[in-house]
Amino acid sequence: MTDPILDIRNLSKTYKGGTTALAGVDLQIRKGEIFALLGPNGAGKTTLIGAVCGLLRPSGGTIEAFGLDVERHWREVRRRIGLVPQELAFDMFARVEHAVNYSRGMFGCPPNPARIEEVLRSLSLWDKRDARIMELSGGMKRRVMIAKALSHDPDVLFLDEPTAGVDVELRRDMWRQIGALRDRGTTIILTTHYIEEAQEMADRVGVINRGRLLLVDDKATIMAKLGSTEARIVLAEPLAGLPPALAQYPVSLEDDGRRLVYRGGDGTGKGKREAAEVIRTLVAEGIAFEEIDTRESSLEDIFVDLVERGEVPA
Amino acid sequence: MNVRGAIAIFNNELARFFRTVFGSLLSPVLTTSLYFIVFGAAIGSRMQDVGGVSYGAFIVPGLLMLTLLSESTSNASFGIYMPRFTGAIYELLSAPVGVAETLIGFVGAAAMKSLIIAGIILVTAMLFVDYSIAHPVLAVGYIVLVASAFSLFGFILGIWADGFERLSIIPMLVLTPLTFLGGTFYSVDMLEEPWRTVAQFNPVFYLVNGLRWTFTGSADVSIGLAFGMTLGFVVLCVAVIAVIFRTGWRLRG
Repeated sequence: MTDPILDIRNLSKTYKGGTTALAGVDLQIRKGEIFALLGPNGAGKTTLIGAVCGLLRPSGGTIEAFGLDVERHWREVRRRIGLVPQELAFDMFARVEHAVNYSRGMFGCPPNPARIEEVLRSLSLWDKRDARIMELSGGMKRRVMIAKALSHDPDVLFLDEPTAGVDVELRRDMWRQIGALRDRGTTIILTTHYIEEAQEMADRVGVINRGRLLLVDDKATIMAKLGSTEARIVLAEPLAGLPPALAQYPVSLEDDGRRLVYRGGDGTGKGKREAAEVIRTLVAEGIAFEEIDTRESSLEDIFVDLVERGEVPA
Repeated sequence: MNVRGAIAIFNNELARFFRTVFGSLLSPVLTTSLYFIVFGAAIGSRMQDVGGVSYGAFIVPGLLMLTLLSESTSNASFGIYMPRFTGAIYELLSAPVGVAETLIGFVGAAAMKSLIIAGIILVTAMLFVDYSIAHPVLAVGYIVLVASAFSLFGFILGIWADGFERLSIIPMLVLTPLTFLGGTFYSVDMLEEPWRTVAQFNPVFYLVNGLRWTFTGSADVSIGLAFGMTLGFVVLCVAVIAVIFRTGWRLRG
């Protein structure tokens, strides 16, 4: 990868109690991409973000952002990074516009009412600008968190579980807003345990578990490499064995020969094509069937498989 | 240095103060006014002069110091503790602000708040007690120094505290008793031994008498010693805060 915007090398973090949250993580983020970091609770996602953003001190490894070491050049780096943490954390008595202006000032930016208005309008918060944060709904509060993180126009935006606990409508709304940010050139790194979120938005996906990155790749490549198709064909009459014409396909007989199952493909459509060929072969061989049920594996299946096995398939 | 960042924190902290200005001002002003009424106007009129000044005028610096110490400490400790408590500290830690900006913002605002309250108390005192300030420039300088010193101390307290109880322990159980026993209501000459000697081990004794000197021109200790001790306390607090930021103690995981 040429000139990553974020370059993490051998990052480790062991907390005082002895818990290892990160165990030698290497990760490079491309400029302008949406990168989804998937992992179960306690996998190390938030720790990774905290290490980059300065919320905690790594035990080892290096982090470079924009070609600068984040510890030595922390001022320059932090000016260009925005963070939306998982928890709703702010002065609940503050008013929305004040809170967002405060964030902008803290990051060293001069007052810019027009930009703040633009940010608030983009998040449908303009009408609530004079409301106290405590008066807002949970979804609105989360938007305020995003507005605060965007107030200084960061080049890289970290979103830690941005849609945790929000309803489906707001989640989709947030996805649209995150997409719009990417269109404006912001690099977005989001952690989530909603696989659907990663599948919907991410250009690349990383899977982390127990402090180790198990996989990092383009979403399409992951689906191609690890995705599969399953076709279950209920036969009219049980078969004693597989017909020789099907030997070239990854098929098996189940349920005492009453069901023929195809499991194969790579997530690129090859599985669907082969399943169709299997059915044509059955017809050509005069083997009658009653039902066909096909299913494509999702990113979730791949994620669950990876986390359960804890290793990257060859 | 991120000057805008420091100003943003400072303004935000002051905004928090003005949001609750009624409670923030009324409580200390009312409490101190009661002291002036009881000890200054009511009892003070029957008391002998102390060191050539009326008893009412004698207690003004001590009561002012009592307010300065408690307000500076509690303003600064709450200022930094609240974002720690709510989790909003993430923004401070991820922003391009270092120890200097943080101190200017949080400690500066805390000191400013207690100076505003001190000013109002001095004006209020005029309603009940006839007093004058012998060295007004030195008085203002010393009040600013004490407010800064104890705002720094409060900032440390706010980082050390892991609950609201701890936040109030030091002002309630340490600062207030030390101020009462530090010569707020009496001169050290009024004490018998060994209490006269014991009083000199109380650091607040020097603060009260330093301020009293700027008001009356005489006190139990010299203004130089009081300034020196307060400056030393400022240096100690800044050093402790620098270590806190370098190690990330109670701030960064």
